[in-house]
Amino acid sequence: MGEMEEVVKEFLVESYENLDRLDSEMIQLEERPQDLELLASIFRTIHTIKGTCGFLGFGKLESVAHVGESLLSKLREGKLTVDEAISNALLALVDAVREMLKSIEDQGAEGGTDYSALVATLTALNDGKLPAAPKAESAPKPANAPAPAQSTANTPAPRSAPTTDGEPKLGRILVDSGAAQPAEVREALAAQSRGDTRPLGEILVQSGTMQPEQLHEALAGQSTARGNVSDGNIRVDVALLDKLMNLVGELVLARNQLMQHSGKDADPQIAATTQRLDLVTTELQEGVMKTRMQPVGTVWSKFPRVVRDLSKLTHKEVRLEMEGKETELDRTIIEAIKDPLTHIIRNCVDHGIETPAVRKAAGKNPEGCILLRACHEGGQVNIEIVDDGGGVPPERVKAKALERGLITPEQAARMSEREIVNLIFLPGFSTAAQVSNISGRGVGMDVVKTNIEKIGGSVDVQSVVGKGTRLKLKIPLTLAIIPGLIVTTAGDRYAIPQVSLLELLRLEPEQLASGIEYVQGVPVHRLRGRLLPLVHLGGELGVAPSELMPDQAINIVVLQSDGRQFGLIVDEVNDAEEIVVKPLSKQLKSIEVYAGATIMGDGQVALILDIAGLAQQAHAVSELKEQARSTSVASGAAVASDRETLLVCRSGREGRIAIPLSTVARLEEFPRSALELAGGRDAVQYRGEIMPLLQLSSIYGSAVEASEANLQVVVYTRKGRSLGLVVEQILDIVEEHCVVQAGTRRTGTLGAAILQQKVTDLVDVEGLVREHDPSFFDEAVLQTAGA
Amino acid sequence: MSTHQYCTFQLHGAVYGVAVHEVQEVIRFQEMTRVPRAHAVVSGLINLRGQIVTAIDLRARLGLPPRPAGERPMNVVVRTEDGAVSLLVDQIGDVIEVSQEQFEEPPPTLRAEQRDLVQGVYKLEKQLLLVLETRKLLNLSATGVA
Repeated sequence: MGEMEEVVKEFLVESYENLDRLDSEMIQLEERPQDLELLASIFRTIHTIKGTCGFLGFGKLESVAHVGESLLSKLREGKLTVDEAISNALLALVDAVREMLKSIEDQGAEGGTDYSALVATLTALNDGKLPAAPKAESAPKPANAPAPAQSTANTPAPRSAPTTDGEPKLGRILVDSGAAQPAEVREALAAQSRGDTRPLGEILVQSGTMQPEQLHEALAGQSTARGNVSDGNIRVDVALLDKLMNLVGELVLARNQLMQHSGKDADPQIAATTQRLDLVTTELQEGVMKTRMQPVGTVWSKFPRVVRDLSKLTHKEVRLEMEGKETELDRTIIEAIKDPLTHIIRNCVDHGIETPAVRKAAGKNPEGCILLRACHEGGQVNIEIVDDGGGVPPERVKAKALERGLITPEQAARMSEREIVNLIFLPGFSTAAQVSNISGRGVGMDVVKTNIEKIGGSVDVQSVVGKGTRLKLKIPLTLAIIPGLIVTTAGDRYAIPQVSLLELLRLEPEQLASGIEYVQGVPVHRLRGRLLPLVHLGGELGVAPSELMPDQAINIVVLQSDGRQFGLIVDEVNDAEEIVVKPLSKQLKSIEVYAGATIMGDGQVALILDIAGLAQQAHAVSELKEQARSTSVASGAAVASDRETLLVCRSGREGRIAIPLSTVARLEEFPRSALELAGGRDAVQYRGEIMPLLQLSSIYGSAVEASEANLQVVVYTRKGRSLGLVVEQILDIVEEHCVVQAGTRRTGTLGAAILQQKVTDLVDVEGLVREHDPSFFDEAVLQTAGA
Repeated sequence: MSTHQYCTFQLHGAVYGVAVHEVQEVIRFQEMTRVPRAHAVVSGLINLRGQIVTAIDLRARLGLPPRPAGERPMNVVVRTEDGAVSLLVDQIGDVIEVSQEQFEEPPPTLRAEQRDLVQGVYKLEKQLLLVLETRKLLNLSATGVA
């Protein structure tokens, strides 16, 4: 029995795959009813299912498949043509087969559903136009069987499988590859029709037209084109792949551990072996990851059917186009996006695309179009769903959101059109004036958003009324191994997924007083003119007091969740690392601040923070950010164009200077011991060259503290030459509209401006460079000219 | 006559046991990573050969007084549908085979927090063996977060 079960299982797996393909082929068939290749493929699939279930003793399934096969056979022979009634019946057949397969899978039997109506319909259609047609008796013989060209002198008799009409003919291949002349092939074919029973290839070889090797090659090419998968592919159980992935994860961890130890170890043998292990592990990891990748088309293949059925139901005309079907994603992610995508597609047809009458009145093509597009972008996959429907009317959305109390009138007044459109993702939102039975039943776009965010993705919607809607999903490639940032708080390490990370800030003790302000007791930091709400990780987790120590520098990890930003205060920022994500046991699943756990290089476990959950827990991103955004919008609207990004530094003890970021190549740190003299001036060795240094404090005459600290150098580079500006400390980067106050200009500056409520000198970088070395720019030109 | 095998261990001086087929392995004390905001009985996470396992302090779970400072618990790792979970115990004992005759329902006077978790009592020669219900032990959703 065990063997039998195995066979049944294989049959199910294979049939499901075939059915998925059938769905899309049937839809194509409606468009191209004369396409014999398509018909042949559909016929083959049904025939295979019928044959196998006859063998396995599923009589009912066999009988249903049988009538379908008869009908298909007629279509293929051209005795009938595909019309709507036929394609509906065939789709119903696919559904029935699927239903029975499901029941076989669940209960081991075909189930009690009565399909006699379907059988009757199919039979009637079969007989309909040609009443005299006999009932297809047995497995139909290959209809218009092509010349028996497949077998060669040394292969056994032609197979019994139905011949495929779609495959390339051997003669064609031979001619294309130059192995035989068209005339020779024609002659051989003529010989066949005169009664020569030898296969085409054999005739050609025996007549000396070509070498046997050429024939073998051509036959190999033919079977590849036939879509024969048996040569290069095997079926692998997904559970096995999952297990392999886990094992590779463990290997990666063991490798990390070993690397840590071998660093200290002096034995070159061990070091070399470790390095080799490292390389192999990395390659293995990549390889196993690849085996789990599936093209996004596997999910998409069912959408043509969804769109077809739904557009029929809603009396709309909708065309579905797909681009980038082959884009690959990890299978767990493919699974996770299946439902959200289906929901979006249904929404597009139901709410997005208008009825043909409305579209005609608006001067559009009565047939609406939905475009699915996928592509890789920066380690992520973008999936866009674009429709040319009516778009999302912001006024209706706003009214609905107000009516449901999802936003306040004040908020509504401040929101941009795009923000309003994105309100459709709020829980409890549905714009459809009347709830249809297709979409809008409880499950809304909020579920789509939640599901996409659960796997670390994001959703954004853009819409133009009357023109259409564009939904953009950003999805990570894989969930199993992700880049993360390790931070420490209260002695424990935590991992933060890199996707949520924006930047890292450090506030020195003397900056704390001005750097951290409070809004109703809630700490905020002004980051480039915007208020960044702060969350104290230790306090939030309840492992440390959330008050800040006045005499300690703090580290802020700026994170993004839900398109909003907040700063997470941690004790220490450690390294960026590839982390292997492991799920938490069910006792811990309900804690929403964790996304999982991982094992560090030293074998200890670290928790992975769930940024969205953490933000929610802390309420960090809600109200405060609203305010911050509205203020920045107000001030940003007027002067957005002449804003400049400036690097603010301290020069000397109190001098505050700003350097346009556009002139900054890099920020570097040098130990004081690296300071040397070149031509009587300070210089350091930098990237194999001598880089002269300018002490800004001496130029501006600011008081200097004797210090042993490293030199902070702002590197200015033009045409391959660098010059370093020495400052005492890098303070911040600000993006502000700066107005130079009249009469404040002094040597080496463009004047002073007020930045962040403080008087700040703007450094005239090019002026300084020219003053220091009048030939800096000329020589640079010469050098490049010479090079 | 049916017999059962139990993996026994000590908690606060008393002998407890879980069915031996549920036990995956017994290991000595492991470094743990604490899980802030978790249920009070969750002591932390341990790395069991690359598998991350939640450790539950049985003393806390059964409402017993906390383990004296300096005493290191042992891990009894049990299999569940949801993966392995470790039970922290004071000391590990033998695997004992008992017969149905020795069995008795837990006394009705048992403290409320224990009653649900104790399947029954086996009367051994010198002491009593309290048999624990693993599934209920590991189901924390019924009890509030401390």
